[in-house]
Amino acid sequence: MSASLNAVSRLAQPAEGVAGKLSSRVSLPRRHWLHEAMWGWALIAPALIFLVVLFFLPVIGVFVIAFTDWQFGASSLSFVGLANFREVIFDEGFRASLINTVVYVVMVVPGTVLAGLLIALLIESSHSCRALYRAVHFLPFMATATAMAISWEALLHPTIGLVNHSFAALGLPVANWLRDETTALPVLAVIGIWQNLGYAMVLFMAGLKSIPLDLYDAADVDGADHWLDRLRTVTIPMLGPVSMFVVIVVALRAFETFDTIQILTQGGPGHSSEMLLFTIYRESFEYLRAGYGAAVTIVFLAIVVALTLLQARSMDKRVHYQ
Amino acid sequence: MSGITITNIRKSFGATRVLHDVSLSIADGEFLTLLGPSGCGKSTLLRILAGLEVQDTGSIEIGGRVVDGVRPKRRDVAMVFQSYALYPHMSVAANIALPLRMRRLSRAQRLPLIGRWLPGSGPVTSGIEMEVSRTAEALGIAHLLNRKPGQLSGGQRQRVAVGRAMVRHPAVFLMDEPLSNLDAKLRVQMRAEIKDLHRRLGVTFVYVTHDQAEAMTLSDRVVVMRDGEMLQVAPPQEIYADPNDIRVAEFLGSPKINMVDATMREPGLVDFAGSTLSVDCEIAPGSRFTVGIRPEAFQFAEHSGPGVITGSVRMVEHMGSDLFVYFDPCGLQQPLIARLSAERAPHIVAGQTLHVSVRSDQLLVFNRDGRRVRARDVSSAHPSTPVREWA
Amino acid sequence: MSAIRLSPAAAILRHGVLVLTSAFILVPFVWMVSLSLKSPGEIFRATFSVLPAQFYGVDNYAKAITSVPLPRYMGNGLLVCALILAAQILVCAPAAYALAKLKFWGRDFIFAMVLVGLLLPHQVLSLPLFILCYKLDILNTYLALVIPYVVSPFGIFLFRQFFKTIPNDIVHAARLDGLCELAIVWKIMVPMALPAVIAFSIFSVVAHWNDLFWPLIAVRDGNLMPAPLGIMAFKNEEAGNDYGPLMAASTLVVAPLLIAFLAAQKWFVEGMTGGSVK
Repeated sequence: MSASLNAVSRLAQPAEGVAGKLSSRVSLPRRHWLHEAMWGWALIAPALIFLVVLFFLPVIGVFVIAFTDWQFGASSLSFVGLANFREVIFDEGFRASLINTVVYVVMVVPGTVLAGLLIALLIESSHSCRALYRAVHFLPFMATATAMAISWEALLHPTIGLVNHSFAALGLPVANWLRDETTALPVLAVIGIWQNLGYAMVLFMAGLKSIPLDLYDAADVDGADHWLDRLRTVTIPMLGPVSMFVVIVVALRAFETFDTIQILTQGGPGHSSEMLLFTIYRESFEYLRAGYGAAVTIVFLAIVVALTLLQARSMDKRVHYQ
Repeated sequence: MSGITITNIRKSFGATRVLHDVSLSIADGEFLTLLGPSGCGKSTLLRILAGLEVQDTGSIEIGGRVVDGVRPKRRDVAMVFQSYALYPHMSVAANIALPLRMRRLSRAQRLPLIGRWLPGSGPVTSGIEMEVSRTAEALGIAHLLNRKPGQLSGGQRQRVAVGRAMVRHPAVFLMDEPLSNLDAKLRVQMRAEIKDLHRRLGVTFVYVTHDQAEAMTLSDRVVVMRDGEMLQVAPPQEIYADPNDIRVAEFLGSPKINMVDATMREPGLVDFAGSTLSVDCEIAPGSRFTVGIRPEAFQFAEHSGPGVITGSVRMVEHMGSDLFVYFDPCGLQQPLIARLSAERAPHIVAGQTLHVSVRSDQLLVFNRDGRRVRARDVSSAHPSTPVREWA
Repeated sequence: MSAIRLSPAAAILRHGVLVLTSAFILVPFVWMVSLSLKSPGEIFRATFSVLPAQFYGVDNYAKAITSVPLPRYMGNGLLVCALILAAQILVCAPAAYALAKLKFWGRDFIFAMVLVGLLLPHQVLSLPLFILCYKLDILNTYLALVIPYVVSPFGIFLFRQFFKTIPNDIVHAARLDGLCELAIVWKIMVPMALPAVIAFSIFSVVAHWNDLFWPLIAVRDGNLMPAPLGIMAFKNEEAGNDYGPLMAASTLVVAPLLIAFLAAQKWFVEGMTGGSVK
């Protein structure tokens, strides 16, 4: 009975205003509205509770820990202002970590984006072996980073590793790659490029596919038929917005590098390959310095949020092109 | 000077044959339309003319020069695409200028920023700018030159696409359904503008469309295509009034032509819907064929009589100046459609009895293969039906 | 780019470059599998080849499975991934439906919260979540591995976007047919949004199968470790000397996802790029 009443009220929905004025039972549209609102809250409640408990309270928690003297196990806390941040900023370890992260990102992003773009262009320039090449280049992005890091360690092993064997055979300098302050971070960056290049490639391939073929035809008729002219007249400009997106997404992933550091270098030797996320882990959970860890976390969060907002803006721009 | 000769063109995509042995001559300055339903091969033929596709066999001549294997930019053709294919990142001015820049400037001179300062690029660039603004003025889009295509309406984009095509004065204009992305009203307006453009430029136009109204109003000659074959090449009036093939007759005209199977009783006389009509063509008595009657070939008649068809009215559609009358003639399984003048025909309602007459020279006779069987006396079969409005 | 007809030289150049980059990509995989088939003596020999001189694969893989509880690690990983995915779909789909199709007070604010959640990298939350798990006394349990992920802002966002493309008339028709809102979610919306559900599932499973960061914080008990944490523990125990079994274990951990990827490439690419690839 109530179900059919509901149905009637829903049928009447488009004429709600008129019906409301004419009918003496003003409550019908209002009941309908309440019904929908109640369902809305009921359906969203679990997600909302978990969002608050698992996302928003923890974020507040990070700020609370960062601005107080709270330690693990402490039952009371007091506000200490920027003391934790002061400690972080004057700590050589943190500064090294921040600089390393930036250097790492600056190495990984151009390498990944340019290699990804080049490979995407090469793969899409012909049908031959297209699917195979695409699958191969995407593999590292899927593979468990921990396991692959172990394989990289074997490859980079100073005496039995393939890298040193091949370099020696080619007359190139060999090194103890992961134990040398000058090489540890660049080697991690190469692994970072290795991991993410397939991702950039796939995004670029999608961007290439979305370029209307008519534009290439028009370029042909207009006289831009050399591959360099096609690239400059159509392909590269049309990939502009996608490129911005790829740069930021890859930068975000590079900032969040943890597994390879944890397995391969533990941030060493010294602080030479330590990066922000590893610092957060080590300070918070190994050294149990909650305030320090929280302060670094906030620095990390600020960088990631800034990058993500930039990404959102680039997505907006993408729409403008159409 | 820039006629086109197409000789024995064939084209297949994989196992699908798209064009079977197409040959055609297009005169210099002619407006020729390739008309047909989607998938008939008309766009492929246009793309072969442009050099965007390569034919499997056969040859193309443009302006007396064989262009097989010649790249699009060296063919002296310009093309307007269905999607307009404007470069979204370039301003309107840059879009129109591109064909000239590609031809007149070297690759180094086209480099951003530095290119302008290389020797020789200055005068060429300002020359290009002048031509671009002249073209834009001719098309009424001079005020839009600094906009991006994304900021333009459909009609404006269409004009920019035309501008990009005409700026370099090509010998041949190729247009691939250029109006199909516009709304109905704008389409009629742009149709007139294209007609005008052709008149002003006086160069050869090859125009692809599936819209018969565009084909009829614009063309000097129409090519009706179906399944990769050319069914008929003729001026619009002739295509309509004197079709070669049953598929041509059925493709053109709205409402669709009436097609009725009939048998020849004795030479020149056909039993048709309870009446006997005289037909002026050579078909052996007893053989079966198809008669096509355009809806407007029927004339309202007050009374039954010789050569008059009688039937009961099933439905009437009022179209303003005309009535579409669907009626079931005695002795026929299918209804016929008559297009009667609203003035001449009195108030007709469903269920009433209707008498219509039809002149024998307006019966189009097709044999079992769908080929037209023409009248013995050519002069009597001369098209006398006026082409009705093309909505 | 349209498939232009490449000249033979260009085609050779294309294959040349791509074979080279493919080799760079594949070396760690090939090396991993190759070492997993070799004896310790051969691994430490000065000369080497891709194929083992003496096939030692059975011993290495047997050792990887028996000397450490690798099957247990992988089972843990599977269980955790399954629990997380089930919870995420259970929580996110109704929420996404409410955000996409229902009108209620506070809806836009909650959606804004989802967007903010989307912005937060999960690692940022690890310290408070660790404290939360400690207070709830669930550290070192499966629950600790699952709880932080039961709601996924990305899942809500993705489902909402997909649900929005489903016409309202279908929802109205379902209501007239007597379905309640919850039934509409599970019987109409989720089945119709199956592509989004599959893409999200792949994204979620890949992320959590490969995750090292949170398990490293949440569990210390070897019996509860998921695969990445497990092989890390294995590596530290063996002190990196016993490469054969270690590589065998790594191969076994990497294999399931890679095989699934090769079988359903399109879905994986879509899932991993978060719908930004159409």
